[in-house]
Amino acid sequence: MTSPIRTTGQAGLRVLGEMGRMAIFLGASAFWAVVPPFKIRRTLKQVHFVGVKSGLVIVLTATFTGMVLALQGYYTLRKFGSDAFLGPAVALSLIRELGPVLSALMVTGRAGSAIAAEIGIMRITEQIDALSAMALNPLKYLVVPRLLAGLVALPLLTGIFDVVGIFGGYLVGVELLGLSGGTYFGEMRASVDMRDINGGFVKSVVFGVLVTWVCSYKGYTTGYGAEGVSKATTEAVVLASVLVLVTDYVLTSFLL
Amino acid sequence: MIEVRELQKAFGGQQVLRGVSLSIPRGRITAIIGRSGTGKSVLLKHLIRLLRPDRGQVLVDGVDVVPLRGRALDRVRAKFGMLFQGGALFDSMTVFDNVAFPLREKTRLPEPEVAARVCERLEAVGLAEMGRKYPAEISGGMRKRVALARALVTDPEIVLFDEPTTGLDPIMLNAIHRLIADTQQRFGFTGVVVSHDVPDVFEIAHQVAMLHEGTIVAAGPPEQVLQSDDPRVRQFITGSAEGPIRPT
Repeated sequence: MTSPIRTTGQAGLRVLGEMGRMAIFLGASAFWAVVPPFKIRRTLKQVHFVGVKSGLVIVLTATFTGMVLALQGYYTLRKFGSDAFLGPAVALSLIRELGPVLSALMVTGRAGSAIAAEIGIMRITEQIDALSAMALNPLKYLVVPRLLAGLVALPLLTGIFDVVGIFGGYLVGVELLGLSGGTYFGEMRASVDMRDINGGFVKSVVFGVLVTWVCSYKGYTTGYGAEGVSKATTEAVVLASVLVLVTDYVLTSFLL
Repeated sequence: MIEVRELQKAFGGQQVLRGVSLSIPRGRITAIIGRSGTGKSVLLKHLIRLLRPDRGQVLVDGVDVVPLRGRALDRVRAKFGMLFQGGALFDSMTVFDNVAFPLREKTRLPEPEVAARVCERLEAVGLAEMGRKYPAEISGGMRKRVALARALVTDPEIVLFDEPTTGLDPIMLNAIHRLIADTQQRFGFTGVVVSHDVPDVFEIAHQVAMLHEGTIVAAGPPEQVLQSDDPRVRQFITGSAEGPIRPT
């Protein structure tokens, strides 16, 4: 009779323990991020990897997201005689929600999985131990550049997503469905303010750290062998994606 | 130089080290032998505090490294160089950059001096022409030699070798052993070699210790260990399937 209770308790303790270890990992990485010497070149390399190399997937996702938003939005708003507000509908959806969230999910799938796999392989081939043996801090070399890259790259990618998505919406709403371009952008300008943009920015910063933190942690603590790396990579992507969605709700409730 | 006292370590309920005690003299090569999976690499990692024991002490020049953290631990680790079993070369760097890495990160040597030292070390291990290659582009034996060059490039006082010859052919095995012995004579470091390549490793060791079921069952000069009456030692050295050690 106590067995299900014990199992539940043990599972709960495991989850709590894991949350604690992740928090310590983030805290230690944040500490080493502000202690010199700073690994500028490594950080720039990671910004290139996380940011620049995610550009194409962000542009593609943004284009089609904006297009489908405009398509769906036009027919829905027309039912209420409000198709003139298509511009603000597309822009606010992108800037407040879809831009930060979809950018984070795309970066998780592309760069996050690669981060988990790369650090995981370094763990199983003792490259991380080699850094420690040389009296060098592995967090400083491997994790901090990636955290900073997420912090820098994701807001920029989100900005690109928003702009491209808005133009995707323009293509469908104006060019395809015949809405006036002046109406599309005019109503958008009247409805979107800095509060919306700041909210999206705050989300993108938080997501940038979240994705790189979770994926780095999972790689850093991977189990042995190829199976361990595979498991770590999968867990990293799933956990980061779920946390992005959960955090999005929490942040939205504070920002609105 | 290094004193291990009653070291105990378990992983997930499995006791690996059961009170290991060993003295590693300065300026000599100590070989730690034993069956695969007996805890030799685990013991080696304790010397540089890559692992923390459940109980016991590891004294390096009289300082117990077990409770050390942060800068104090870094100061002790700075005395060490380590050659890992698979080499542990950084995949994203060339051979040259791998060997230069400790110098660039730990010293303030100007780049020409770094380059000169790296070239000297690569030449010493017979890989002078391989500087621009990546680890994935060279053989396993070459990776070990690059790792050896990297371990020695900062002229450490103590060098740990984790199965430096595992997986190598007999010719490469002897070449690596020769390299370890020659560089030890040249640079005078204290060496600890973990190996199950017996009796080859006896030719380079000044002291041999055998680890079996979590304890040291024999320790002394190679000739003494070779003539040991302990049936476990005799069985391991001869490689016989008959004896107290059961093949698993």
